[in-house]
Amino acid sequence: MSTPIIEVRDVTKAFGGVVANRAVSLKVAEGSITGLIGPNGSGKTTLFNSIVGHHPIDSGSIRFAGQEISRLNVQKIARLGMLRTFQQTRVFSKMDCVRNLLISLPHRDSEWRDMFRPYPAELIERAHQLLEFVGLYSKRMLVAGSLSFGQQKLLEFAMALMNQPRVLLLDEPTAGINPTLINGLIDRLKHANADFGITLFVIEHNMRVIMNLASHIYCMSRGEVLAEGSPEQIQDDQRVVDAYLGTQ
Amino acid sequence: MSLRLGLTPRTLAGHLLLLAAGIAAPFLFPGHTIQFAVFWVFVLFALTWDIMGGQMGYNSLGNILFFGLGMYVCAVAQIAIVYDVAQYTAANGAIRVDFSRNEYFQGLALGVVLSALIPVVVAAVLSWILFGLRGPYYAIGTLGVAIAAAELTNSWNYVGGGMGIAMPVFPGGPGMRERFFYAACMVATVLCYLFLRWLYRTRFSLAINAIRDDEDKAEALGLHTARYKMVAWCVSAFFLGIAGALFGNMTGFIEPMETAFPTLTFGIFMVAMTLLGGKGTLWGPVIGSTLFYALREVTWTYLLGWQYIALGVLIIVNVVYFQQGIVGWLRQRRPQWFAAPIEASKDETLGADGKA
Repeated sequence: MSTPIIEVRDVTKAFGGVVANRAVSLKVAEGSITGLIGPNGSGKTTLFNSIVGHHPIDSGSIRFAGQEISRLNVQKIARLGMLRTFQQTRVFSKMDCVRNLLISLPHRDSEWRDMFRPYPAELIERAHQLLEFVGLYSKRMLVAGSLSFGQQKLLEFAMALMNQPRVLLLDEPTAGINPTLINGLIDRLKHANADFGITLFVIEHNMRVIMNLASHIYCMSRGEVLAEGSPEQIQDDQRVVDAYLGTQ
Repeated sequence: MSLRLGLTPRTLAGHLLLLAAGIAAPFLFPGHTIQFAVFWVFVLFALTWDIMGGQMGYNSLGNILFFGLGMYVCAVAQIAIVYDVAQYTAANGAIRVDFSRNEYFQGLALGVVLSALIPVVVAAVLSWILFGLRGPYYAIGTLGVAIAAAELTNSWNYVGGGMGIAMPVFPGGPGMRERFFYAACMVATVLCYLFLRWLYRTRFSLAINAIRDDEDKAEALGLHTARYKMVAWCVSAFFLGIAGALFGNMTGFIEPMETAFPTLTFGIFMVAMTLLGGKGTLWGPVIGSTLFYALREVTWTYLLGWQYIALGVLIIVNVVYFQQGIVGWLRQRRPQWFAAPIEASKDETLGADGKA
């Protein structure tokens, strides 16, 4: 394997006395869809927050395409091309969908004078295409706050795509989405991975979704990486079953 | 429109009509020219407060700082080109008569330029410190800065301390002074309005709206939030500084507590006017300040002694029962009036598939 796009090595993060991540190490290969599962409170979201720079880590190293990023803040990491979506969906609720997408365009090259420019037609066109892609084109003029939770999730996904990241960290993309829409979302995630070349790193509780989506899965429990492997290996791993269901 | 102000023939006609009314006002009611000039300053207060308070979601209670700063910067510059400032302020008005016409206008021009630029620099430095704070902490932090500025000025003898500064006397016949400053205040406010009208149609507007709606999300998308917040405050400071310079000269005598840094009157009026008109809109501050100023004049005339109670009741009713303000309420009732699709810049058009 060439240099992994994300390489987490021995990362420890504690909140007071609670150790949320203990010496976590994992790798995400460029171009892959990698899953992260584990029972509630096992430290998955904490790990995501550490990777994107939301909080400083206590020890260890996080590399993005070979570059150490554990000391960078959220904005700088986002501009490098690593983006995350939130478990509790976050969109700009008083702005319409098109504006939500336009403000999400990549900021990595934006200069001071760019803040006073209008939007070129091609960017507006791309915003429309992405809204079409997630099935929200007919709602494009509505303010994001008036959309349903599931629609806001789709909008947030479209915003992430608008940003053209190299890696997208998705925190429970299917939570709260109508089961009939889940298949459509899985297709779109695979499409984003295959056609836009975006590496996906996905936290997911829905086993059917993650087994279908990911090629490599890490399972966390009590702040540590418990197991890793292909979906089949994870499904057959007794430690994973025990972590979810408890042992005798 | 080449300037991208988004004016249709109808709105352009409306704007020109209002402009004509503004020009006619001091000729129709010559006895009230100064009141009309103060009205324009109030509109500017609300417009500049709304950049951050309405569009960006940062409620500054200390914007009056830039008004007072502009006022003092202009005064010092006007005096300094003729006299030693410390001597002038120490004489307390005794040597103010000797400004020739040229000295006066050169000093005023220099003063207005500096009173725009120095507040911008101060805003940039303060934004570096204060924008680490959010929500109520930011509001209290800015309030603290404004109060501190008033107290510092009050005890700084070089600029007259609590005794204030008697401003150079306007060289011109009776009525000229009023009309001159009326025109200056009106031009400043109209320019501020046009600048914001343009600004709110650029990427800048989307960015500060995004900061208002969810700053963490904006950061997560890689937005240069600190940059936008700083520019927003600098724009406020620029126009408030100019307004301060003009207001000080119009008043003729400036001192820190009541004229330059009146946190409890003008500082609060800025917020109240914007909330009344509807924050986060361009016309909300204009309408709010018009109504507020009219009410203020009426209560000062007919309810003297009770005027602050009347304004207090207005503010309470406004924030408890009418939070969206006049324009916000209109927007809820008549959304089609406000439906503004994003405009593309004209220079690049992609072969659209007809759907977009």
